[in-house]
Amino acid sequence: MTRVGVIGIGHGIFGRRSDATVQELAFEAFREALADAGIERKEIDASVIGSVPEYHKQRSLAGVVQEYLNLNPAPTWLTEVACASGSAAMRTAWMGIKSGVHQIVAVIGCQKMTELSTPEILALMGRVGEVQWESIFGTTFPGYYAMFAHSHMHAFGTTRRQLAEVAVKNHSYGALNPKALFRKEITVEKALESEPVASPLHVYDCCANADGAACVILASEDRARAHGRKVVWLDGVGCATASMSVLRRPNLYSLPSAVEAAQQAYRMAEVGPRDVQVAEVHDCFSIAEIMAYEDLGFCEKGQGGRYIEERKSYIGGGGVAVNVDGGLKAKGHPIGATGVSMAVEIVKQLRGAAEARQVPDARVGLTHNVGGIGQYTFVHVYRKD
Amino acid sequence: MFEWFGKVNFSPYTKVGDFAGFLKDGYLKGSRCRACGFKTFPPRADCPQCLSGEFDFVDYSGRGRLHTYTRIAAAPNGFEDVAPYTIGVVDLEEGGRCLAWFGSTIREEEIKIGMELQVVPRIFEEIEKIKVSYSLEKPGTKWGRRHADA
Repeated sequence: MTRVGVIGIGHGIFGRRSDATVQELAFEAFREALADAGIERKEIDASVIGSVPEYHKQRSLAGVVQEYLNLNPAPTWLTEVACASGSAAMRTAWMGIKSGVHQIVAVIGCQKMTELSTPEILALMGRVGEVQWESIFGTTFPGYYAMFAHSHMHAFGTTRRQLAEVAVKNHSYGALNPKALFRKEITVEKALESEPVASPLHVYDCCANADGAACVILASEDRARAHGRKVVWLDGVGCATASMSVLRRPNLYSLPSAVEAAQQAYRMAEVGPRDVQVAEVHDCFSIAEIMAYEDLGFCEKGQGGRYIEERKSYIGGGGVAVNVDGGLKAKGHPIGATGVSMAVEIVKQLRGAAEARQVPDARVGLTHNVGGIGQYTFVHVYRKD
Repeated sequence: MFEWFGKVNFSPYTKVGDFAGFLKDGYLKGSRCRACGFKTFPPRADCPQCLSGEFDFVDYSGRGRLHTYTRIAAAPNGFEDVAPYTIGVVDLEEGGRCLAWFGSTIREEEIKIGMELQVVPRIFEEIEKIKVSYSLEKPGTKWGRRHADA
Protein backbone atom coordinates (compact mmCIF):
# COMPACT_ATOMS: atom_id res chain seq x y z
CA MET A 1 0.00 0.00 0.00
CA THR A 2 1.32 3.42 -0.95
CA ARG A 3 2.67 5.64 1.81
CA VAL A 4 2.11 9.34 2.37
CA GLY A 5 5.17 11.50 3.00
CA VAL A 6 5.82 14.99 4.29
CA ILE A 7 7.89 16.98 1.78
CA GLY A 8 7.55 20.50 3.17
CA ILE A 9 6.94 22.27 6.48
CA GLY A 10 6.31 25.90 7.42
CA HIS A 11 5.43 27.67 10.66
CA GLY A 12 4.50 31.27 11.41
CA ILE A 13 5.11 33.13 14.66
CA PHE A 14 2.38 32.40 17.22
CA GLY A 15 1.06 35.20 19.43
CA ARG A 16 -1.15 38.26 19.43
CA ARG A 17 -0.82 39.04 15.75
CA SER A 18 -2.56 42.39 15.47
CA ASP A 19 -0.46 42.97 12.34
CA ALA A 20 -2.15 40.37 10.15
CA THR A 21 -5.40 38.87 8.87
CA VAL A 22 -5.92 35.12 9.04
CA GLN A 23 -5.08 34.65 5.35
CA GLU A 24 -1.91 36.69 5.81
CA LEU A 25 -0.94 34.37 8.66
CA ALA A 26 -1.66 31.36 6.42
CA PHE A 27 0.56 32.88 3.72
CA GLU A 28 3.58 33.07 6.05
CA ALA A 29 3.40 29.38 6.86
CA PHE A 30 2.62 28.36 3.28
CA ARG A 31 5.52 30.37 1.77
CA GLU A 32 7.94 28.69 4.18
CA ALA A 33 6.57 25.21 3.46
CA LEU A 34 6.70 25.72 -0.31
CA ALA A 35 10.31 26.88 -0.10
CA ASP A 36 11.14 23.94 2.17
CA ALA A 37 9.56 21.48 -0.30
CA GLY A 38 11.26 23.14 -3.22
CA ILE A 39 8.31 22.53 -5.52
CA GLU A 40 6.28 24.77 -7.82
CA ARG A 41 2.97 26.04 -6.55
CA LYS A 42 1.17 24.49 -9.56
CA GLU A 43 2.24 21.01 -8.41
CA ILE A 44 -0.11 21.31 -5.44
CA ASP A 45 -3.37 19.75 -6.57
CA ALA A 46 -5.50 20.48 -3.46
CA SER A 47 -5.39 22.19 -0.10
CA VAL A 48 -7.16 21.42 3.16
CA ILE A 49 -7.68 24.19 5.69
CA GLY A 50 -7.95 23.39 9.41
CA SER A 51 -9.68 26.18 11.30
CA VAL A 52 -12.60 26.91 13.61
CA PRO A 53 -14.93 29.30 11.81
CA GLU A 54 -16.71 30.91 14.81
CA TYR A 55 -13.65 33.02 15.62
CA HIS A 56 -13.52 34.77 12.25
CA LYS A 57 -15.72 37.44 10.74
CA GLN A 58 -14.85 36.05 7.29
CA ARG A 59 -17.34 33.41 6.26
CA SER A 60 -16.11 30.25 4.49
CA LEU A 61 -12.43 30.72 5.26
CA ALA A 62 -11.02 28.09 2.87
CA GLY A 63 -11.98 30.21 -0.12
CA VAL A 64 -10.22 33.34 1.04
CA VAL A 65 -7.06 31.42 1.98
CA GLN A 66 -6.99 29.57 -1.34
CA GLU A 67 -7.25 32.85 -3.25
CA TYR A 68 -4.63 34.66 -1.14
CA LEU A 69 -2.18 31.78 -1.64
CA ASN A 70 -2.92 31.94 -5.38
CA LEU A 71 -3.89 28.28 -5.44
CA ASN A 72 -7.07 28.66 -7.55
CA PRO A 73 -8.45 26.66 -9.32
CA ALA A 74 -7.18 23.71 -7.20
CA PRO A 75 -9.86 22.38 -4.83
CA THR A 76 -9.95 23.32 -1.15
CA TRP A 77 -12.15 22.62 1.84
CA LEU A 78 -12.29 23.33 5.56
CA THR A 79 -12.21 20.78 8.38
CA GLU A 80 -13.63 21.59 11.81
CA VAL A 81 -13.45 19.52 14.99
CA ALA A 82 -12.71 22.28 17.53
CA CYS A 83 -9.05 22.27 18.68
CA ALA A 84 -8.27 19.21 16.53
CA SER A 85 -9.28 20.90 13.26
CA GLY A 86 -5.65 20.94 12.07
CA SER A 87 -5.26 17.18 12.51
CA ALA A 88 -8.58 16.59 10.77
CA ALA A 89 -7.10 18.52 7.84
CA MET A 90 -4.02 16.24 7.97
CA ARG A 91 -6.22 13.15 8.01
CA THR A 92 -8.40 14.23 5.07
CA ALA A 93 -5.32 15.18 3.04
CA TRP A 94 -3.82 11.76 3.86
CA MET A 95 -7.09 10.10 2.78
CA GLY A 96 -7.13 12.09 -0.45
CA ILE A 97 -3.63 10.96 -1.33
CA LYS A 98 -4.15 7.35 -0.24
CA SER A 99 -7.25 7.13 -2.42
CA GLY A 100 -5.28 8.28 -5.43
CA VAL A 101 -7.48 11.33 -6.02
CA HIS A 102 -4.66 13.75 -5.13
CA GLN A 103 -0.87 13.59 -5.40
CA ILE A 104 0.37 16.64 -3.50
CA VAL A 105 -1.77 18.40 -0.89
CA ALA A 106 -1.03 21.50 1.17
CA VAL A 107 -2.45 21.29 4.69
CA ILE A 108 -2.85 24.68 6.31
CA GLY A 109 -3.92 25.21 9.90
CA CYS A 110 -4.69 28.85 10.64
CA GLN A 111 -6.56 30.78 13.30
CA LYS A 112 -7.12 34.34 14.43
CA MET A 113 -8.43 34.32 18.01
CA THR A 114 -7.45 37.58 19.62
CA GLU A 115 -10.04 39.70 17.85
CA LEU A 116 -12.47 38.37 20.49
CA SER A 117 -12.27 39.30 24.19
CA THR A 118 -11.33 36.70 26.82
CA PRO A 119 -14.89 36.46 28.27
CA GLU A 120 -16.22 36.03 24.70
CA ILE A 121 -13.70 33.24 24.09
CA LEU A 122 -14.53 31.65 27.47
CA ALA A 123 -18.22 31.66 26.53
CA LEU A 124 -17.57 30.29 23.04
CA MET A 125 -15.21 27.57 24.26
CA GLY A 126 -17.42 26.65 27.21
CA ARG A 127 -20.14 25.80 24.72
CA VAL A 128 -18.08 22.81 23.59
CA GLY A 129 -19.79 21.16 26.53
CA GLU A 130 -23.42 20.35 25.88
CA VAL A 131 -25.34 23.62 25.80
CA GLN A 132 -28.69 22.10 26.76
CA TRP A 133 -27.68 20.74 30.17
CA GLU A 134 -24.23 22.15 31.01
CA SER A 135 -23.47 25.60 29.56
CA ILE A 136 -26.49 27.03 31.38
CA PHE A 137 -24.38 26.76 34.55
CA GLY A 138 -21.56 28.85 33.11
CA THR A 139 -19.20 25.97 32.31
CA THR A 140 -15.89 26.99 30.76
CA PHE A 141 -13.20 25.12 28.88
CA PRO A 142 -10.73 25.39 31.79
CA GLY A 143 -13.64 24.38 34.03
CA TYR A 144 -14.04 21.05 32.25
CA TYR A 145 -10.34 20.21 32.41
CA ALA A 146 -10.38 21.34 36.04
CA MET A 147 -13.03 18.70 36.72
CA PHE A 148 -10.81 16.11 34.99
CA ALA A 149 -7.94 17.29 37.22
CA HIS A 150 -9.93 16.90 40.45
CA SER A 151 -11.05 13.47 39.32
CA HIS A 152 -7.46 12.44 38.47
CA MET A 153 -6.16 13.77 41.79
CA HIS A 154 -8.86 11.89 43.68
CA ALA A 155 -8.31 8.62 41.81
CA PHE A 156 -4.48 8.61 41.67
CA GLY A 157 -3.15 11.14 44.15
CA THR A 158 -1.88 13.49 41.46
CA THR A 159 -0.78 16.81 42.97
CA ARG A 160 -0.98 20.47 41.97
CA ARG A 161 2.81 20.52 42.07
CA GLN A 162 2.96 17.76 39.46
CA LEU A 163 0.58 19.77 37.27
CA ALA A 164 2.83 22.80 37.68
CA GLU A 165 5.87 20.72 36.65
CA VAL A 166 4.27 20.25 33.22
CA ALA A 167 4.10 24.02 32.76
CA VAL A 168 7.72 24.41 33.92
CA LYS A 169 8.94 21.86 31.36
CA ASN A 170 6.95 23.32 28.48
CA HIS A 171 8.06 26.87 29.25
CA SER A 172 11.67 25.70 29.39
CA TYR A 173 11.36 24.38 25.83
CA GLY A 174 9.25 27.32 24.64
CA ALA A 175 12.21 29.51 25.57
CA LEU A 176 14.17 27.68 22.85
CA ASN A 177 11.52 28.06 20.14
CA PRO A 178 11.70 31.28 18.11
CA LYS A 179 8.09 30.75 16.90
CA ALA A 180 6.63 30.46 20.43
CA LEU A 181 4.38 32.98 22.16
CA PHE A 182 6.06 32.68 25.58
CA ARG A 183 9.84 32.44 25.45
CA LYS A 184 10.83 32.51 29.09
CA GLU A 185 11.33 29.91 31.77
CA ILE A 186 9.13 29.81 34.87
CA THR A 187 9.48 28.21 38.30
CA VAL A 188 7.15 25.76 40.04
CA GLU A 189 6.53 28.37 42.73
CA LYS A 190 5.48 30.97 40.18
CA ALA A 191 3.06 28.47 38.59
CA LEU A 192 1.60 27.41 41.95
CA GLU A 193 1.09 31.00 43.10
CA SER A 194 -0.53 32.30 39.90
CA GLU A 195 -4.17 33.42 39.85
CA PRO A 196 -6.88 30.73 40.06
CA VAL A 197 -8.88 30.12 36.86
CA ALA A 198 -10.98 27.08 37.75
CA SER A 199 -9.85 25.07 40.77
CA PRO A 200 -7.43 23.27 40.86
CA LEU A 201 -6.13 24.98 37.70
CA HIS A 202 -4.33 28.31 37.87
CA VAL A 203 -3.16 30.63 35.10
CA TYR A 204 0.05 28.67 34.49
CA ASP A 205 -1.88 25.43 34.10
CA CYS A 206 -3.62 26.92 31.06
CA CYS A 207 -2.41 27.52 27.51
CA ALA A 208 -2.94 30.91 25.92
CA ASN A 209 -5.25 31.90 23.10
CA ALA A 210 -3.16 32.96 20.13
CA ASP A 211 -3.12 33.78 16.44
CA GLY A 212 -1.00 31.77 14.05
CA ALA A 213 -0.62 29.36 11.18
CA ALA A 214 1.34 26.26 10.20
CA CYS A 215 1.61 24.36 6.94
CA VAL A 216 2.60 20.84 5.92
CA ILE A 217 2.87 19.62 2.31
CA LEU A 218 2.00 15.95 1.91
CA ALA A 219 2.79 13.84 -1.15
CA SER A 220 2.11 10.37 -2.47
CA GLU A 221 4.95 7.86 -2.11
CA ASP A 222 5.97 8.15 -5.78
CA ARG A 223 6.04 11.92 -5.73
CA ALA A 224 7.78 12.02 -2.36
CA ARG A 225 10.54 9.63 -3.49
CA ALA A 226 10.95 11.47 -6.81
CA HIS A 227 11.42 14.60 -4.76
CA GLY A 228 14.85 13.35 -3.76
CA ARG A 229 15.42 14.53 -0.22
CA LYS A 230 14.84 12.61 2.99
CA VAL A 231 11.14 12.11 3.56
CA VAL A 232 9.27 11.75 6.86
CA TRP A 233 6.32 9.38 6.47
CA LEU A 234 2.88 9.67 8.02
CA ASP A 235 2.47 5.94 8.60
CA GLY A 236 -0.25 5.73 11.23
CA VAL A 237 -3.45 7.71 11.54
CA GLY A 238 -5.92 7.13 14.37
CA CYS A 239 -9.08 9.00 15.11
CA ALA A 240 -11.87 8.42 17.60
CA THR A 241 -14.66 10.24 19.40
CA ALA A 242 -16.21 10.31 22.87
CA SER A 243 -19.47 11.69 24.19
CA MET A 244 -20.02 15.44 23.90
CA SER A 245 -21.23 15.55 27.49
CA VAL A 246 -19.19 14.83 30.62
CA LEU A 247 -22.42 13.37 31.96
CA ARG A 248 -22.00 10.36 29.68
CA ARG A 249 -18.28 9.51 29.96
CA PRO A 250 -17.20 6.26 31.64
CA ASN A 251 -14.80 8.25 33.85
CA LEU A 252 -13.38 11.77 34.03
CA TYR A 253 -9.66 11.01 34.41
CA SER A 254 -8.94 9.72 30.90
CA LEU A 255 -9.99 10.55 27.34
CA PRO A 256 -11.40 7.35 25.82
CA SER A 257 -11.10 8.86 22.34
CA ALA A 258 -7.35 9.28 22.86
CA VAL A 259 -6.89 5.70 24.03
CA GLU A 260 -8.74 4.38 20.99
CA ALA A 261 -7.06 6.74 18.47
CA ALA A 262 -3.62 5.80 19.82
CA GLN A 263 -4.29 2.09 19.45
CA GLN A 264 -5.42 2.59 15.84
CA ALA A 265 -2.36 4.68 14.97
CA TYR A 266 0.12 2.30 16.63
CA ARG A 267 -1.48 -0.66 14.88
CA MET A 268 -1.39 0.97 11.46
CA ALA A 269 2.22 2.11 11.83
CA GLU A 270 3.20 -1.24 13.39
CA VAL A 271 4.84 0.40 16.39
CA GLY A 272 4.09 0.66 20.09
CA PRO A 273 4.52 3.41 22.67
CA ARG A 274 8.03 2.13 23.51
CA ASP A 275 9.16 2.76 19.94
CA VAL A 276 8.36 6.50 20.16
CA GLN A 277 11.18 8.92 20.99
CA VAL A 278 9.36 12.24 20.63
CA ALA A 279 5.72 13.30 20.95
CA GLU A 280 3.65 16.42 20.62
CA VAL A 281 0.65 16.11 22.92
CA HIS A 282 -2.36 18.33 23.43
CA ASP A 283 -1.44 20.21 26.63
CA CYS A 284 -4.24 22.79 26.50
CA PHE A 285 -4.09 22.39 30.30
CA SER A 286 -1.40 20.80 32.45
CA ILE A 287 -3.70 17.92 33.41
CA ALA A 288 -4.26 17.18 29.71
CA GLU A 289 -0.56 16.39 29.23
CA ILE A 290 -0.57 14.09 32.27
CA MET A 291 -3.64 12.24 30.93
CA ALA A 292 -1.95 12.05 27.50
CA TYR A 293 1.13 10.23 28.94
CA GLU A 294 -1.28 7.59 30.22
CA ASP A 295 -3.74 7.46 27.33
CA LEU A 296 -0.86 7.05 24.85
CA GLY A 297 0.72 4.28 26.92
CA PHE A 298 3.94 6.14 27.80
CA CYS A 299 3.21 5.09 31.40
CA GLU A 300 0.58 3.15 33.32
CA LYS A 301 -2.80 4.72 34.04
CA GLY A 302 -2.48 6.95 37.09
CA GLN A 303 1.32 7.29 36.81
CA GLY A 304 1.29 10.48 34.69
CA GLY A 305 2.01 12.73 37.66
CA ARG A 306 5.10 10.70 38.54
CA TYR A 307 6.18 10.65 34.90
CA ILE A 308 6.64 14.43 34.89
CA GLU A 309 7.88 14.56 38.47
CA GLU A 310 10.68 12.13 37.51
CA ARG A 311 11.38 14.29 34.42
CA LYS A 312 10.85 11.34 32.07
CA SER A 313 9.23 13.57 29.45
CA TYR A 314 12.28 15.86 29.24
CA ILE A 315 14.87 15.33 26.49
CA GLY A 316 17.17 12.62 27.81
CA GLY A 317 14.79 11.85 30.68
CA GLY A 318 14.50 8.18 29.86
CA GLY A 319 10.93 8.30 28.57
CA VAL A 320 9.29 9.91 25.56
CA ALA A 321 10.36 13.56 25.12
CA VAL A 322 7.09 15.49 25.09
CA ASN A 323 6.28 18.95 23.75
CA VAL A 324 9.86 20.01 23.24
CA ASP A 325 8.70 22.97 21.13
CA GLY A 326 6.93 24.41 24.21
CA GLY A 327 3.60 22.70 23.60
CA LEU A 328 0.33 24.57 23.48
CA LYS A 329 1.27 25.92 26.89
CA ALA A 330 4.26 28.04 25.87
CA LYS A 331 3.98 28.07 22.08
CA GLY A 332 0.38 29.31 22.18
CA HIS A 333 -2.76 27.59 20.91
CA PRO A 334 -4.27 29.08 17.73
CA ILE A 335 -6.78 26.27 17.74
CA GLY A 336 -7.01 25.47 14.01
CA ALA A 337 -3.24 25.74 13.55
CA THR A 338 -2.24 23.53 16.49
CA GLY A 339 -2.56 20.09 14.89
CA VAL A 340 -0.48 21.17 11.90
CA SER A 341 2.06 22.89 14.15
CA MET A 342 2.51 19.59 16.01
CA ALA A 343 3.23 17.83 12.69
CA VAL A 344 5.79 20.51 11.76
CA GLU A 345 7.71 19.92 15.00
CA ILE A 346 7.72 16.14 14.67
CA VAL A 347 8.99 16.34 11.08
CA LYS A 348 11.71 18.75 12.22
CA GLN A 349 12.68 16.31 14.97
CA LEU A 350 12.80 13.29 12.64
CA ARG A 351 14.87 15.27 10.14
CA GLY A 352 17.29 16.05 12.99
CA ALA A 353 16.79 19.76 12.36
CA ALA A 354 15.39 20.89 15.71
CA GLU A 355 18.68 22.46 16.87
CA ALA A 356 18.79 23.32 20.59
CA ARG A 357 15.72 21.22 21.33
CA GLN A 358 16.66 18.20 19.20
CA VAL A 359 15.73 14.82 20.67
CA PRO A 360 18.77 12.55 20.01
CA ASP A 361 18.23 9.73 17.52
CA ALA A 362 14.52 10.47 16.94
CA ARG A 363 13.17 7.87 14.52
CA VAL A 364 9.49 7.58 15.45
CA GLY A 365 7.39 10.60 16.43
CA LEU A 366 3.78 11.04 17.39
CA THR A 367 1.17 13.80 17.52
CA HIS A 368 -1.86 13.72 19.85
CA ASN A 369 -4.38 16.43 19.06
CA VAL A 370 -7.60 16.69 21.06
CA GLY A 371 -10.75 18.48 19.97
CA GLY A 372 -12.88 20.02 22.70
CA ILE A 373 -12.75 18.09 25.94
CA GLY A 374 -11.89 14.81 24.21
CA GLN A 375 -14.92 14.58 21.95
CA TYR A 376 -12.42 14.08 19.12
CA THR A 377 -8.84 12.83 19.26
CA PHE A 378 -6.40 12.33 16.39
CA VAL A 379 -3.15 10.43 16.95
CA HIS A 380 -0.65 10.38 14.08
CA VAL A 381 2.57 8.37 13.94
CA TYR A 382 5.51 9.54 11.81
CA ARG A 383 8.60 7.60 10.81
CA LYS A 384 11.70 8.35 8.82
CA ASP A 385 13.41 6.04 6.35
CA MET B 1 -41.15 26.14 28.15
CA PHE B 2 -37.54 24.90 28.10
CA GLU B 3 -36.40 28.52 27.78
CA TRP B 4 -37.20 28.77 31.53
CA PHE B 5 -34.29 26.45 32.30
CA GLY B 6 -30.98 28.01 33.35
CA LYS B 7 -29.61 31.47 34.01
CA VAL B 8 -28.72 31.74 30.33
CA ASN B 9 -30.57 29.32 28.05
CA PHE B 10 -29.06 28.29 24.71
CA SER B 11 -31.63 25.72 23.50
CA PRO B 12 -35.26 26.81 24.04
CA TYR B 13 -36.77 24.16 21.77
CA THR B 14 -36.51 20.47 22.60
CA LYS B 15 -38.69 17.34 22.70
CA VAL B 16 -38.12 17.20 26.47
CA GLY B 17 -39.30 20.79 27.02
CA ASP B 18 -41.82 19.75 29.71
CA PHE B 19 -38.82 19.03 31.96
CA ALA B 20 -38.72 22.74 32.86
CA GLY B 21 -42.43 22.78 33.77
CA PHE B 22 -41.97 19.81 36.09
CA LEU B 23 -38.98 21.54 37.64
CA LYS B 24 -41.08 24.66 38.28
CA ASP B 25 -43.56 22.45 40.16
CA GLY B 26 -40.76 20.94 42.23
CA TYR B 27 -40.25 17.67 40.34
CA LEU B 28 -36.96 16.39 39.00
CA LYS B 29 -37.63 14.15 36.00
CA GLY B 30 -35.53 11.73 34.02
CA SER B 31 -36.70 9.74 31.02
CA ARG B 32 -37.61 6.08 30.47
CA CYS B 33 -37.86 4.53 27.03
CA ARG B 34 -41.33 2.99 26.48
CA ALA B 35 -39.89 0.27 24.24
CA CYS B 36 -36.82 -1.01 26.12
CA GLY B 37 -37.04 0.68 29.52
CA PHE B 38 -33.70 2.54 29.25
CA LYS B 39 -33.71 5.13 32.03
CA THR B 40 -31.48 8.18 32.13
CA PHE B 41 -30.80 11.69 33.34
CA PRO B 42 -30.76 14.24 31.79
CA PRO B 43 -33.92 13.05 30.02
CA ARG B 44 -33.80 12.33 26.30
CA ALA B 45 -36.65 11.81 23.87
CA ASP B 46 -34.90 9.35 21.60
CA CYS B 47 -33.53 6.11 22.98
CA PRO B 48 -29.79 5.71 22.28
CA GLN B 49 -30.10 1.93 22.67
CA CYS B 50 -33.21 0.82 20.76
CA LEU B 51 -33.85 4.01 18.71
CA SER B 52 -37.45 4.36 19.93
CA GLY B 53 -38.82 7.90 20.07
CA GLU B 54 -41.46 7.02 22.69
CA PHE B 55 -40.62 7.93 26.26
CA ASP B 56 -42.11 8.82 29.63
CA PHE B 57 -40.87 11.28 32.22
CA VAL B 58 -40.07 9.46 35.47
CA ASP B 59 -39.48 10.82 38.97
CA TYR B 60 -35.91 11.14 40.16
CA SER B 61 -35.20 11.37 43.87
CA GLY B 62 -32.23 13.66 43.18
CA ARG B 63 -30.04 11.65 45.54
CA GLY B 64 -26.48 11.08 44.40
CA ARG B 65 -22.77 11.34 45.05
CA LEU B 66 -20.27 13.95 43.89
CA HIS B 67 -18.20 12.69 40.95
CA THR B 68 -16.04 15.80 40.44
CA TYR B 69 -16.20 19.58 40.77
CA THR B 70 -14.51 22.91 40.09
CA ARG B 71 -14.72 26.44 41.42
CA ILE B 72 -14.81 28.78 38.44
CA ALA B 73 -13.09 32.13 38.93
CA ALA B 74 -12.79 33.23 35.28
CA ALA B 75 -16.42 33.33 34.13
CA PRO B 76 -17.79 33.49 30.58
CA ASN B 77 -20.15 36.13 29.18
CA GLY B 78 -23.44 36.22 31.07
CA PHE B 79 -22.03 34.76 34.29
CA GLU B 80 -19.60 37.45 35.46
CA ASP B 81 -22.11 38.70 38.07
CA VAL B 82 -22.26 35.34 39.88
CA ALA B 83 -18.53 34.44 39.77
CA PRO B 84 -16.87 32.76 41.50
CA TYR B 85 -19.23 29.79 41.51
CA THR B 86 -18.73 26.06 42.10
CA ILE B 87 -19.97 23.43 39.67
CA GLY B 88 -20.33 19.75 40.53
CA VAL B 89 -21.03 16.60 38.53
CA VAL B 90 -23.17 14.14 40.45
CA ASP B 91 -23.69 10.41 39.88
CA LEU B 92 -27.42 9.98 40.45
CA GLU B 93 -28.76 7.04 42.46
CA GLU B 94 -31.31 6.18 39.75
CA GLY B 95 -28.80 6.36 36.90
CA GLY B 96 -27.29 9.13 34.82
CA ARG B 97 -25.46 12.25 35.94
CA CYS B 98 -26.29 15.85 36.63
CA LEU B 99 -24.17 19.00 36.43
CA ALA B 100 -25.17 21.96 38.60
CA TRP B 101 -24.11 24.72 40.96
CA PHE B 102 -23.63 24.06 44.64
CA GLY B 103 -26.33 25.71 46.74
CA SER B 104 -26.20 27.54 50.06
CA THR B 105 -26.49 24.48 52.31
CA ILE B 106 -22.91 23.40 51.54
CA ARG B 107 -19.79 25.36 52.45
CA GLU B 108 -16.92 25.42 49.97
CA GLU B 109 -14.52 23.67 52.35
CA GLU B 110 -16.99 20.79 52.87
CA ILE B 111 -16.91 19.78 49.21
CA LYS B 112 -15.33 16.34 48.69
CA ILE B 113 -15.51 13.87 45.81
CA GLY B 114 -17.76 10.99 46.86
CA MET B 115 -19.88 13.07 49.26
CA GLU B 116 -23.65 12.48 49.31
CA LEU B 117 -25.72 15.22 47.70
CA GLN B 118 -29.33 16.11 46.99
CA VAL B 119 -30.27 17.73 43.66
CA VAL B 120 -32.97 20.29 44.48
CA PRO B 121 -35.28 22.06 41.98
CA ARG B 122 -35.04 25.85 42.20
CA ILE B 123 -36.93 28.86 40.93
CA PHE B 124 -34.94 32.08 40.58
CA GLU B 125 -37.46 34.26 42.42
CA GLU B 126 -35.60 37.51 42.01
CA ILE B 127 -36.01 37.43 38.23
CA GLU B 128 -39.34 38.64 36.77
CA LYS B 129 -39.64 36.09 33.98
CA ILE B 130 -39.83 32.44 34.97
CA LYS B 131 -36.39 30.93 35.48
CA VAL B 132 -35.88 27.45 36.88
CA SER B 133 -32.83 25.43 37.75
CA TYR B 134 -31.53 22.93 40.26
CA SER B 135 -28.76 23.08 42.80
CA LEU B 136 -26.61 20.64 44.77
CA GLU B 137 -27.50 20.60 48.46
CA LYS B 138 -27.05 18.61 51.67
CA PRO B 139 -29.01 15.33 51.82
CA GLY B 140 -32.42 15.90 53.38
CA THR B 141 -32.77 19.48 52.13
CA LYS B 142 -36.50 20.26 51.65
CA TRP B 143 -37.85 22.28 48.78
CA GLY B 144 -40.98 23.78 47.21
CA ARG B 145 -44.65 22.91 47.20
CA ARG B 146 -44.08 19.21 46.65
CA HIS B 147 -42.42 18.82 50.02
CA ALA B 148 -44.74 21.24 51.81
CA ASP B 149 -47.72 19.08 50.71
CA ALA B 150 -46.09 15.84 51.77
